[in-house]
Amino acid sequence: MVEWSDFERATIQDIFSKMEYEVVGPAALSRCLVVYPWTQRYFGNFGNLYNAAAIIANPLVAKHGTTILHGLDRAVKNMDDIKATYAELSVLHSEKLHVDPDNFKLLSDCLTIVVAAKLGKDFTGDVQAAFQKFLAVVVSSLGRQYH
Amino acid sequence: MVEWTDKERSTVSAIWEKIDIDVIGPEALARVLIVYPWTERYFGTFGDIFSATAVLGNAKVAAHGKVVLKALDSAVKNMDNIKATYADLSRLHYEKLSVDPDNFKLLADCITIAVACKLKSALNPQAQATWQKFLSVVVDAMSSQYF
Repeated sequence: MVEWSDFERATIQDIFSKMEYEVVGPAALSRCLVVYPWTQRYFGNFGNLYNAAAIIANPLVAKHGTTILHGLDRAVKNMDDIKATYAELSVLHSEKLHVDPDNFKLLSDCLTIVVAAKLGKDFTGDVQAAFQKFLAVVVSSLGRQYH
Repeated sequence: MVEWTDKERSTVSAIWEKIDIDVIGPEALARVLIVYPWTERYFGTFGDIFSATAVLGNAKVAAHGKVVLKALDSAVKNMDNIKATYADLSRLHYEKLSVDPDNFKLLADCITIAVACKLKSALNPQAQATWQKFLSVVVDAMSSQYF
């Protein structure tokens, strides 16, 4: 089971309590689609994703980015059992959505960069370590039910 | 050979001009040591690097951070031949320093995060894509003499 220090718990709660979901979610997903273009294959019904400007302006991308970020709320509220929390979502991504689990890491990297840019110097090394540890546990849980 | 568009070339130069090597270098290296603690093994002569506070206050970490980031300058000025530019440095890291090449990616990620903290929204998705492309070419070049 994952051990969390008091600092790590407090850091995660703090970041998410101040999170602007409708800004950060879309920013992270659109970055993923721009920086790692092969991820666009998962969003065939989102319309125009032909260039960075189109992706950033796409309302379906924005809406889905917000949805994904809110999906993290459950992990934030259940840090001691993230694996069980995401078991169903993992099955969904494997069996229905057929998402290569490597992509979870790419999205988490983009989310880290968006949060870093937002927090600036407040995104210290300690905070970065806690945030990346949290996301690594999430990523691992989402890939857990793949077979 | 790696192809660079004019926009990519100017993006890399623009980012490079905006960052202070003497600040970002130490910050990036400190982040690596804090976020990925196993990397401490490479700096046995640096004294106390075993807590975030110690790392952030350590003069040798700061000095070495500057050295590492200054070395990126050669890549910025030789974007068409990054592989040859880093051949000797690659050999050094392999034969003398025995650095696991996976660590180059960790440092590249921390440099990107340090840059994101500093530039914030100026590191937009397209700029991030270009900067990460640039760093991945550097990482490849640094791994090229390993065998």
